[in-house]
Amino acid sequence: MEIKDIIQYLSEYDGKPLKLMEVCGTHTAAIFKNGIRELISPKIKLISGPGCPVCVTPTAFIDKCVEYAKATGCELLTFGDMMKVPGTGGSLSENKAGIDGENRADITIMYSPFEAIEKAKAQPDKTFVVAAVGFETTAPTYALLLKQAKQEGITNIKLVTALKTAIPALNWICENQEDIDGFICPGHVSVITGVHVYDDLAAKFKKPFVVAGFEAEHILAAIYRIVKQIEAGEGKTENMYKNAVRENGNPKALEVLEEVYEEGPAMWRGLGIIEGSGLYLKGEYAAYDGGSHALYEDMELPKACRCGDVITGRINPDECPMFGQHCTPMNPFGPCMVSSEGSCGIWYRNKF
Amino acid sequence: MCVAIPGKVIARDGSTAKVDFNGNIVNVNAGLVDPQIGQYVLVHAGCAIEVMEKDAAQEIIDIFADIEEIENGN
Amino acid sequence: MKITMAHGSGGKSSAQLMSEIFGKHFNNEVLSKMEDAAVLNVGGKIACSTDSFVVTPLQFNGGDIGKLCVCGTVNDLLMMGAVPKYLTCGFIMEEGLDVDLLDKLVESMAKQAREAGVIIVAGDTKVVEGDGGLYINTTGIGEIPEGRDVSSSNCKDGDVIICSGNLGDHHACILSHRMEIENNIKSDCAALNDIVDGLFAAGINVKTMRDVTRGGLGTVINEISESSGVRIELDEEGIPVDPEVKGFADILGLDPLYMGNEGKMIAVVPADQADAALAAMRNTEHGRNAAVIGRVKEGEGAFIRTRLGATRRFDVLYGEGLPRIC
Repeated sequence: MEIKDIIQYLSEYDGKPLKLMEVCGTHTAAIFKNGIRELISPKIKLISGPGCPVCVTPTAFIDKCVEYAKATGCELLTFGDMMKVPGTGGSLSENKAGIDGENRADITIMYSPFEAIEKAKAQPDKTFVVAAVGFETTAPTYALLLKQAKQEGITNIKLVTALKTAIPALNWICENQEDIDGFICPGHVSVITGVHVYDDLAAKFKKPFVVAGFEAEHILAAIYRIVKQIEAGEGKTENMYKNAVRENGNPKALEVLEEVYEEGPAMWRGLGIIEGSGLYLKGEYAAYDGGSHALYEDMELPKACRCGDVITGRINPDECPMFGQHCTPMNPFGPCMVSSEGSCGIWYRNKF
Repeated sequence: MCVAIPGKVIARDGSTAKVDFNGNIVNVNAGLVDPQIGQYVLVHAGCAIEVMEKDAAQEIIDIFADIEEIENGN
Repeated sequence: MKITMAHGSGGKSSAQLMSEIFGKHFNNEVLSKMEDAAVLNVGGKIACSTDSFVVTPLQFNGGDIGKLCVCGTVNDLLMMGAVPKYLTCGFIMEEGLDVDLLDKLVESMAKQAREAGVIIVAGDTKVVEGDGGLYINTTGIGEIPEGRDVSSSNCKDGDVIICSGNLGDHHACILSHRMEIENNIKSDCAALNDIVDGLFAAGINVKTMRDVTRGGLGTVINEISESSGVRIELDEEGIPVDPEVKGFADILGLDPLYMGNEGKMIAVVPADQADAALAAMRNTEHGRNAAVIGRVKEGEGAFIRTRLGATRRFDVLYGEGLPRIC
């Protein structure tokens, strides 16, 4: 079997109309970049789930980060894609430039959170606050950072966390959006969690959950297996990314997650609060927390904004009345337009 | 959800590793994995999160072999 | 020695800086008159362009701000089919700028100007408070020879798009330094006189030329598609990118399609001259990696044909191209 056989099968598919959700934003981007929708039958509809940590971060998180970044003696470290997310008092980008009559925010874009360690050692009089967003993939990195800080006695680092876990969100989607026929599971989250975390969902909702990598071939192979499972009346977990994803995930990563975090409720922009879907610093690591528990407040979105429907796959982005006119990448309202990975943003830039 | 790419380990020093991405050398945290020099690791946000079993070209070939196996098994 | 506010006073220190650095390197008969304005002999149609240059670090692998500020403006003139003739320059210096470094940068600027065939006919310096930074504005004037008609609005169905070489080198070089990623990526910073001269010498009826700077190829192709009212289709596998730059882009989640360059251009030529144009470009130092990357068709929009045979639309660059988590 070769990729052309899979493309031929998927392009000629003429069975019942299917709705498949790719949960991960990096998959959404890869699907666009590789033109995958054009390679498969229009009867297989791909919809983009809530798997962009930047998009689902509530306003209160941004506001907290801005507060630290403007405080004397504080510097905020963030990933670049957080810069444009709107907060009540402007985005990080706007606050870095300075909002009238207020302090300019001290913000540095990081490649890796470990940069905080070097900075904290070099400038002990300053506090370095990390805007710690992410899913299971990134949570162990922040955990290692704090373990190192603790070991070396570094105290001038704080984390404002908006860390989320994929499984409770998937469960929420399965319960609230029954017409999704199968899931392309996030490859890099699965590197940490392993493949068996999807078994209960597959059994409970009788739907295929297939783990995929990020090349076009990976994604097409996963779509193919989901379609074949549906045709055979199956609903089970499969791993199409064995090169990186082990059955039981990365045990060292799972161990540090256990050691450093505890579960709690988390606010997902556009979806609301999902119980047990947040990770919070616990025990002796809680001393590094920059007030992450209380960050539930979300900006009131315009009434016409249908982000929640886009994230759950009820509508395509261009079916939202705000799309392209009142909500664009230059002036985003909803979370889906904010990030380069948000489904509305991707949709807009590619003029799908 | 998360950008991560494979690179080749060219040196190890305790919990850090030097990883080569087509000539770009980055120091990454290797606290979650235990790679040998010459192996490929998957790196996300400056942290190696897994050791890759094989190179990317071989992997794609193997995916199709896996699919055949699943289908013949059925 | 460092630049101080006194160097911007207009008095003795300014004059000394003028003669010891700028006069020494830029000396030519127009500038040496030291009048309030340069008087130039120009005939026929002229092209005029201005650009300001801000880059950190001031010196980078493959160039410096001095070389960059000549190449950028010269290339803009060349892209209109003009022969670059004159440059003016404005220097905004922050106090604390090292005078030896300034001397090196001005020397580099003078060397690049000689190579690109332009003379620097007017200039200005100002000093502002700060931390040793330097910003340069250059304005260029070029003459357009009779019979040349190069414009973004000239593309027609059937034309072929040729790119002069690998994309993303300058962007990757500068960002590597900022992100402290170790590699051997060199900025492509260059004046493209050889390519443009080569195309016209080969008798190519060049329709459109654009240098592929900020915003990258993706942005330029969209602009041409809009100006000419045509559909443009690129071939993903034909777009030249150096593997080291590709590796760098992958680390930070950037797309070479939107990465900036300082010595790359595209030329749009009629289909029956595509082979001759490609050969002419490859025959030059700065065009040796030139490749056909796409075609012009009837319709609208910019599209790319992917490795597996799908076609997708692409837009201009949005935002800043920052390192991403996702």
